[in-house]
Amino acid sequence: MKPTDPAITWLEEKPLGLAERLYLPLFVGGLATTARHLVSPKVTVSYPEQRPTVGNPLIYRGVHRLNRDEEGRVKCVACFLCATACPAHCIDIVATESPWPDREKYPESFQIDELRCIFCGMCEEACPVDAIELTSLLDLTGKSREEMIFDKEKLLSVYDMTKDAEPMKSASLGGTL
Amino acid sequence: MPVVIVDGQEIEIGADERLNCIEAARRAGKEIPHYCWHPGLSVVASCRMCLIETGQRDAATGKISMVPKLVPGCQTPVKDGTVIVTESQLVKDSRARVEEALLIDHPIDCPICDKAGECLLQDYHFEHGQAERRADLHPFTSRKRDVGPTVTLFVDRCIMCTRCVRFTREVSGASELMVVSRGSTEEIDVFPGFPLDNKLAGNVVDLCPVGALGDKDFLYQQRVWFLKREANVCGGCSAGCSIHTEHNQDTVYRLKPRENPHVNTWWMCDDGRYGWHHLHDQSRVLSAGRRREANSNGHGTPGDAFEAIEWADVVTRLRDDLKAAGRLAVAVSPMLTVEEAWMLCAIARSIDPEAFLTLGHVPVVGADETFPGGFTIRAEKCPNRKGVEEVLALYGAGGRSWDDLLAHVAAGKADAAWVTGGYPTPWIDDTTAATFADLECLVVQDLFESSLMKLATWRLPAAGFAERAGTWVNVAHHAQSFGQAIKPPAGVWPEGRLFWNMLGRRGLYDPVGVRQQIAGSAAPFAALAGDVPANGVDLRVRQLA
Repeated sequence: MKPTDPAITWLEEKPLGLAERLYLPLFVGGLATTARHLVSPKVTVSYPEQRPTVGNPLIYRGVHRLNRDEEGRVKCVACFLCATACPAHCIDIVATESPWPDREKYPESFQIDELRCIFCGMCEEACPVDAIELTSLLDLTGKSREEMIFDKEKLLSVYDMTKDAEPMKSASLGGTL
Repeated sequence: MPVVIVDGQEIEIGADERLNCIEAARRAGKEIPHYCWHPGLSVVASCRMCLIETGQRDAATGKISMVPKLVPGCQTPVKDGTVIVTESQLVKDSRARVEEALLIDHPIDCPICDKAGECLLQDYHFEHGQAERRADLHPFTSRKRDVGPTVTLFVDRCIMCTRCVRFTREVSGASELMVVSRGSTEEIDVFPGFPLDNKLAGNVVDLCPVGALGDKDFLYQQRVWFLKREANVCGGCSAGCSIHTEHNQDTVYRLKPRENPHVNTWWMCDDGRYGWHHLHDQSRVLSAGRRREANSNGHGTPGDAFEAIEWADVVTRLRDDLKAAGRLAVAVSPMLTVEEAWMLCAIARSIDPEAFLTLGHVPVVGADETFPGGFTIRAEKCPNRKGVEEVLALYGAGGRSWDDLLAHVAAGKADAAWVTGGYPTPWIDDTTAATFADLECLVVQDLFESSLMKLATWRLPAAGFAERAGTWVNVAHHAQSFGQAIKPPAGVWPEGRLFWNMLGRRGLYDPVGVRQQIAGSAAPFAALAGDVPANGVDLRVRQLA
């Protein structure tokens, strides 16, 4: 777009008024803002000693988990839709024929590179069986890059850890399974 | 010339062409959706997806009279004055109803169906189906049926187009597949004890417009939208079928036949279809090496007898070694492309002007196998014998075979030999290899270790078919040029790249440039000048013209 484009409306800067030119009224106004914040309630917390409160855990986008079905099996059907939707290409799945008669295929291996992930939640959106979900766990640390590649067992253990505090969203949202 | 009117657009067709409405409409750029019709199979007109309105224009008065009912486009031949309407409301409603009826019985398990992404049922539903569904549809898991060693049938995904049944009756000829039951309970099945086990069985998977027939080799391996395809030529036999190599991140996942009326029509055999696994075999030769000096007099030294050599050094040292050895004999493998063979001959003659050039070993397995539909699997398991023979003829070595080379070496007329291979299967035995035992310098370039390679002074890796670029000439003198689909494994230079550098050429190997040079200088290859069409050219036809 060029500066001469008719779609652009050019506005002139307003000339300074008397108060602006005197400087002092603005200075006092700024000081008043500072003073107001000195006495207003604090919004920051002393993390990590103090935990921040997550507004709505159902829509928070933290560490991933792989949900289990009623029989404790991984819910994922290895359709690759999360890997397809992922803009960071951080999901790697190896699919194979499932050992269960009611299921066509399942993930032999399911890895998420949490360092590469941008926590956009597209995987959760794409999942047709609500198998992958983002929890409200927000502090994600590790000592090596390899440790931050979460495999299927680790992702299932995140589910076991968080299932009581955060029930599967599929139930509350009328999921597909 | 007969004129056909497609949605108001007048199309001229050939006077003796026999087209149906789908083909005629395609010429006008209109795609009539269809499941059961396939140009390579008989017409059954059972899917009802191609229903269209037709009519006839009176030649004398120009008055158009329409047929009151919809007719299947696949079964309706066109003639002069035929009127085809593909986009009326009547036709659109009919298509939507067909889609609706098909979906009532369908598992809708697209997320786990391997066909998703290339499924006609999906595509047509988006294009022609209804936005709202009236039936209460629930996804369910399809029943699975093992119909043969390579094919799995997902019974409930089937839409009963019977393409596969007609294929086994008309093209492969053994009629293994059939329709059992009638009406809403009809299913595809095999007779107990007679599985779908023929060398063309894999084609039924390509024919299936939905995900009912699955290829066990590809099942669950990769989603189709991740695959990239490169137009290639199958290297399995001398038929040289046109194929698509479908790959992702330098790994081949499957081969699919590419339509080519001059070579393979729509089909390919299972030998070729599954003949890519050797590309990713861990036991491939993956680096260039020269036998260690200390062991140079003890041929067949076990263990790490070879010292790894950088490719840049191979280019110079190989030439020096061969030059120092003296009289050279070269076996030009029929797995090489025309371009590679031509460069190899040029290198051999530049090292030794009297170099003895012959065709490499031609693997032959059984006899040619022709199927009732006309498809032939060749006994000669190499893709480019004709091309290499033509190249050798250019160098005055026409008609010489592998046996001539063996006799030449056995008679002690050569001091050095360069044997190119690239064979996916074992091809030489100890006795034959022993012929080469007393040479000053033996260069063996092959995909896998062999008894010949144990004797080699130089061990060079070869490239597989999808890793090459160039031109192959099939048994019927039909030449097809193709590009490189995947990169060879780390440490492997395709033959073309080595030859290019040994000829002292600069920059990257340019197979198209070499081809133009050959076409410009050699009459038998004149047809390869300029761009070679995707379907290839017949070398003989252009020569006569």
